[in-house]
Formats: sequence, structure tokens, C-alpha cells
Amino acid sequence: MKPRLAEETTSGGRVGDRVRRPDAVQKVRGDFPYSSDLQVDGMLWGATVRSPHPYARIESIDTKAAKAAPGVKAVLTFEDVAGENAYGLEIADQPVLASDVVRYWGEAVALVAAEHPEQARRAADKVKVEYAVLKPVTDPEQALLPKAPKLHPGGNVTRHIKIRHGDQNATAEVVVTGDYEIGMQDQAPLGPESGLAIPDGEGGVDLYIATQWLHIDQKQLAHVLGLEPHEVRLTMAGIGGAFGAREDLSMQAHACMLALKTGRPVKISYSRPESFVGHVHRHPGKLHYEHGATKDGKLVYVKARIVLDGGAYASSSTAVIANASCFAVGPYQCPNATIDGIVAYTNNPPCGAMRGFGSVQNCYAHEAQMDKLAAALTMDPVALRRHNSLETGSALITGQVIDGPVPVAELLRLVHERPLPAPAAKNADLTAMPGGVSNTTHGESVKRGIGYAAGFKNIGYSEGFNDFSTARVRLSVVDGKPRVEVHTAGAEVGQGLVTIQAQIAGTELGVRDVMVLTADTEVGSAGSSSASRQTYITGGAVKAACEAVRERVVALAQSELKSGEGLRLEDENIVGADGNVLVALATLLGEEVIDELRVFRPRKTSPLDPDTGQANAHMQFAFAAHRAVVDVDTELGLVKVVELATAQDVGKAINPQAVEGQLEGGAAQGLGLAVMEEIQVQDGVIKNPSFTDYLLPTILDMPPVRMDILELGDPNSPYGLKGVGEPPTISSGPAILAAIRAATGRPVTRVPVRPHDLVL
Amino acid sequence: MNVNGVDHPAPTDPRRLLSDHIRHDIGLTGTHVGCEHGVCGCCTVLFDGAPVRSCLMLAIQAEGHQVTTIEGLAPDGAPLHPVQQAFHETHGLQCGFCTPGFVMSVVGLLKQNPDPTPEEIDEGISGNLCRCTGYASIRRAVLRAAELSR
Repeated sequence: MKPRLAEETTSGGRVGDRVRRPDAVQKVRGDFPYSSDLQVDGMLWGATVRSPHPYARIESIDTKAAKAAPGVKAVLTFEDVAGENAYGLEIADQPVLASDVVRYWGEAVALVAAEHPEQARRAADKVKVEYAVLKPVTDPEQALLPKAPKLHPGGNVTRHIKIRHGDQNATAEVVVTGDYEIGMQDQAPLGPESGLAIPDGEGGVDLYIATQWLHIDQKQLAHVLGLEPHEVRLTMAGIGGAFGAREDLSMQAHACMLALKTGRPVKISYSRPESFVGHVHRHPGKLHYEHGATKDGKLVYVKARIVLDGGAYASSSTAVIANASCFAVGPYQCPNATIDGIVAYTNNPPCGAMRGFGSVQNCYAHEAQMDKLAAALTMDPVALRRHNSLETGSALITGQVIDGPVPVAELLRLVHERPLPAPAAKNADLTAMPGGVSNTTHGESVKRGIGYAAGFKNIGYSEGFNDFSTARVRLSVVDGKPRVEVHTAGAEVGQGLVTIQAQIAGTELGVRDVMVLTADTEVGSAGSSSASRQTYITGGAVKAACEAVRERVVALAQSELKSGEGLRLEDENIVGADGNVLVALATLLGEEVIDELRVFRPRKTSPLDPDTGQANAHMQFAFAAHRAVVDVDTELGLVKVVELATAQDVGKAINPQAVEGQLEGGAAQGLGLAVMEEIQVQDGVIKNPSFTDYLLPTILDMPPVRMDILELGDPNSPYGLKGVGEPPTISSGPAILAAIRAATGRPVTRVPVRPHDLVL
Repeated sequence: MNVNGVDHPAPTDPRRLLSDHIRHDIGLTGTHVGCEHGVCGCCTVLFDGAPVRSCLMLAIQAEGHQVTTIEGLAPDGAPLHPVQQAFHETHGLQCGFCTPGFVMSVVGLLKQNPDPTPEEIDEGISGNLCRCTGYASIRRAVLRAAELSR
């Protein structure tokens, strides 16, 4: 039994081509099966009982009434967890179902499976859980105090990163300090968490799921289900966006438990309010910074204390705080740095991965500081940045020397020199005004501001993590023509990985018909579709497997044609040294199938020194700069972003159309955090778990994004490419903040910016 | 009710939402549900030719009316509708979850206004959320769709 999945599309196209994504045909037809669309006969629906308290002891759980409710086939609690009741991306600290304590509002406590989703929800309401309510710890600074209750056995410090670089007692002629605060952002993928678990009748289970990393799900699931990994097989279902929200398990273990218990397929699909507690969020944070510089504007030192609220469970907090700390200074040379990055457990919603991953929070702070420093020095803010920009051969504050192109000054020059948009027209369309069609101004009290920001982050995994991807490439003849099949476990999350795999195979093998197979755990791990790494790492694996196939084709040709050196595979033919076609690839192959599997590993990295944070901890870096132009209604505190300009080095644009989409879409998420998006948490409770109250940018909020895309070529990566997805989300928001400060003359130290921050 | 030219029996449950009826009873899952309360626009269908959010209607309200879903624009493998074609050509989607809703809104918009200005485009589809594209490619898609529809 299998649900209908997305078609395994074929496509042509070479590296560097503007290739139309092959999955778009099914997507525009409404025929692409997302995880929430999956169905098979005899399927049950799962529902989750969740904690109404951010912190409480569970006294008892009574499932009798729920079990007796109509249509109910199973009600499960922690007692039904067959394996170890603990999972997590980096620290296994989160129960599949809470047993003794709940640590956040919305934590899963019990599960129901029923014939109809409504029956499942109603029965879930009948599960009686007695709680002894505890006072939640909701401020990370409070959580770090010795008197705070320990939320986990090891205390409340999830991780403390110390960076001690250069002279710790350095002094400077000009000093600026600042405190900055970042709100909690939601990834808000439009497709809900959902999936379908089908028991195999032999104790194992098949899970069809929208996830960013099939194999990390598989590993965690095997552990909590008490099964061997080969007994838990995962297949990618259509994914409605991810942005970090699908790195952690949500309903995966729950659906598998219910399916194994009932012996029937079980589907779980979250509602939007449930989604807000069903995945981790971007860490909110408080950042204190001190910058010291010489009178002529050279950075002397940066001191920072960065405190992120990790919420109830660790998720990827330990890696997020490493990024926030390693890149705390921004893309600038700074000989001396003292950085303390701390992420704390609290009883707030758990936080983890979101696009930009720790480099977003610190960018707001270091960029505000650079502007403050420029003001103190009476220097132009772009000139100050360019004066201090990282260059090839610069050392980071972690001591790592960056090789390859580091065009920070050039990116800033490009956004700075771009022509500015026209001033706001008199009698402009209302949609061009702050406040828009709510008709709050026709230009009165509207002031324009321009701001700049630059940012950077690591691509791929860091700190010695064993980063790799696996690809299997199979060449055969189908209907008289050569066909290449590419099989990886890389998650297509919308970024266009399917297209890119086909382009790489098409380029390496010169075959027009390239089919990318459904991603599943039948092939080795591809790692996560995160850290902007898939084009590099899975792209690298596909390239390596194709090269191995090509070598075998050439060897076969040499043996069949009794020919020596110089044969090559070109445009579906074997070509001799003189360029003459010797034999068609299809003829050469005949019945032969050439099948190669390769694992690709990027450069190795090293763990951070625990006392000084010094190490070659990162594999690749990506840089971007943004300029924002805003109009602010200074009476009402409403902001209209008029234009964003960006420049980014992508190394090599494998699919320029997809690169542009990443730059535009990433900037929109940056804009969201800057001016509207915040999960409002009060005493541990989310007050706005809906799209009515959690505001996302609409088309009316989103200005044009002017782009300069540089392809400077990284000598270490496949095709010279760099990860693309995250930099657009890093410096876009800080540029908007700088523009708002320029328009209003106010310090504006908190995001998202609220009207009262600009008026009261 | 008539959905994509086919008559369907009345829903048995009077509380059934039109979106759930289309997805679960009729089995047309191209109509997506992203927020369940009329904000995201993923569930947009044409109701007697005009775009509506099917999650804000009861199925019984559609009795005696014509409903067109995304599957009805180019049924049974027919060539793509110009709006679908335009989204494909201009990379007007990434994950694609919002796409059916956008396509239906744009079909409605172009029917009313075959040659919209950029401002009219923005206003016309401001009721649909996209989390991937930043809307730039969707703007390009609407302009291209208007061109293809001429």
C-alpha cells in the first residue's frame, strides 16, 4: 500500500541554464501531492493532546473516556513509547510524549487515532490530564540565575560559547555601546506539518513525510520506536515550505506509534494553531555590544554578550548560538574580540533552526553598531564598513583565515552605487504609502530613510560535524535513448534541488533525459536541506557519481572500440580524440546498465576551542549586502519599504532563475522580521497562533528587490558555487532598520519594529 | 453543486466547509488549506466565476452553484491554462503550496481586468500569502499571464 506521490519528473538543462522547474507543471495544475494531501484506503486520523500549561507536573492521565469515544482506535501516552522516550537533533532532551513534566505550552502529552479527524479531535478533548501547575521560567536571563529552577538535569545553560580573540584588554579612541532585542519569528511554511505512517505488518513502518532531512528523522524515530533503522523507512512527500521548521520531528513519531499500535495507516495533519506549537521558532534574543575603533575608523575590538532564548528543549540551539557567536562582529576585520554567546532553557516555545540560523539576530546588532560608530566618527556608514571589510586572507574572530573570494567591500559598493528610487510622488497610489489602502496619509509627515547592512554566515555544517551526501546515478537505455536516473535523499523543499540535480547530471553526462527519483531512505543520507548546503553537498555527490558513471562509459567504449586514449562522452555520443562521433551512447550501452553510488564530503572542519572559540570551524562562507529605502509615517509609526537592493556572491549560479527566487524570497522573510513578524509569548503562552494575528508580508508589503548577482567562483566547491539561500534573510532586515533610524532619527533597537517604537 | 463541470451530490454534513468538502469528499486536493480562516488564500476557488476562499464557506452554500477548482482549469492533461503557464514560465513558485490559490485569484483578476497595472496586480492578489518567492516572480507571472491571455 502506497499513497500517490509526486511524479518523478524528467528534465534537461545544463549547469548555468535558466531551467524551468520540472515539478512546477504538477504544482500549477494542483496535482502535486503535498504531505497534507496523502491518503490511502482504511486510513485513520491522528490527533494530539497538548499541554495547556507552560510548566507543570503531570499528576495523572486518564484515557478511559477517550478510548470509549466513537470511532477511536487507540489512545496512547508516554507508557506506549516502545524505545527511549527522548529525542532531539543535538541533545536527546525532548520526550515524544511528556511523562512527568511538561515544559512548554502545547507540549504533546497523548495521542488519539480515530476513523474521522473530527472524532480524533473530540476524543483528544476527553483525555483527562491532571497537572500541578508550576511557575514558568520565561526570561532567559532569569533562567541563568543560580536560584532559577533547573528545567533539565544539566541546568539551564544549553550552551555557552566563549570567543577570546586577540588582546582582551584592548582600548580604543572611540567607543560605542548598544543593547538590541530580537523578537521570536516563525518560519510559517504554508503547508502544515503532516504525514502518513503505514505499518508493514512485520513490526516496521513506512512514513511518507514532508521533512528537511529524511535520515535524521529515521535515526530519531528508530530510537524512540525501539526499532532498527531499516524497519523505519521514510519517503519524501510534497513539502509546503520549510525554512528550518521541518528540521525537528513534529508528528513523525506520533503517526508511527499510532500506526504500529492500530495496524492501520495513520495520517496526522496539523491545523495552523497547532503548527505554531508543532515546530521550533527563530530564537528571540537580547544582545549587548561594545565597539571600539581608532579615530580614523578601524575596528579595534568588539565585546558582546548574546543571550538567546532556546525555550523548553535544545533542538539545534547549540549550533545556532555558535553561529551567533562566531559571526558576532559581522563581515569585518576585528583584531580583538570578547564574545559570550549563551543560549538558555526556559519554559517558552522551543527554538531552533530558521533561515539565517543565528546570523540574523547578531546582524541586527553589529549593523546598528556600525552605524552608531559611523555617527560617532562622522564617517559615511558605507565607507566605514568598506574600510573594515573582510578580505581574502582575513582572519575571523575565531582565528580562521578565509580563502576564496571575499567581496564584502564590492557588495557594499554595488548596493551603494545603485540609482535610488524616485522620491514619493504627490498623489501616489495609496498602496505606495505607509498604511496603504487604510488611507492613513497622502504623504503628510512621511519621511524617507536609506539604510545599509552587510552580513555573512557559514555554508554547510561546522565544528567538525561529519558533513556528507550520497548520490546514486544509473545510466541505461530506455526506448532506444539514454536515460539517467538520479537518486538521493536530498529534500526538495521548494528551493529547486530536483532541478539542480538534473542539471548537474545533464552537464556531467551530456544526456538529455534525466529523471530525479523520489527521495527516500533507500539511498544513503543527503544531510539536511538547511545551512544553504544542498546544492553544494548533494550537488557534489551527484557530480561525483556522474563522473564515476562517465569513467565507466569511457572504459566500456575503449574496450568495445579497442581504442586508446582521448575518448569522451559528448551529446549522447562517444567521440574520438579528433572530435568524430564513433558510436552513439545508446548503441554502446545496449542492455548494459551503469550504476554508481558516491559519497561526497566537503572540506573538514574543527571543533571550537571551548575556552577561546578559536578553530577552523567552518567550511565555506557566503556574503551579501542590502540597501533599504523606506518611507515612515512619523505620526503613526507606519513603515513602507519602498525598495530593497542587494548584492550577493553566489560563486556560480547553477540555475539563475532559482537564485533570483532565493534572493527575493529570502529578503521577504528578512523584511517580515524587521517590521511585522513576531510570535507574542506572554508567560510562556503564544498569544497569536494564527495568520490573523501573526502577520506575514503580503505582496503589498514587499517592494521590488534590485539584484547584483556575482559569480566569483569558490576554488574549493563544485562548479565554484556557494550556498545561496540564507544570506538574503540576514542583512535585508538590518538594512530596513537602518533606513527606519535614518528616517526617524530614533535609535530603534528592537525588531520587529512596532508603531509605538517610532512614535511614543 | 457543480464542480469543474461535474455534478456532485449535496454534502451529508451541514457543517462541512467547502474546502474540506472539495478535498476530502470530492477528492480534489489541489485546493490547499493553509490557515483555515481566510487569511492565506491557498484554498481560493472560483464560485460562479469569482474567486472565494473555500475555507470561509460551508459546502451547502455551494448547492446550485458552479465551483471551479485548480483542477478544472486544464482538466485531464489538457494544455496549461495561460495563468498556469505563466507561473511555470516565470518561476512564480517554489514550494508551490500557495500556487493553486494564486492561480485562481489571478484567473479572477484577469477576467475582471485583462490588462492590470502593477498597482492593480498588487491589490488584486494581496489576499494571497506566499512564503517562498517574495512575490516578485508572482508579479512577473501575472504580467505574463495577461500577455498570454490576450
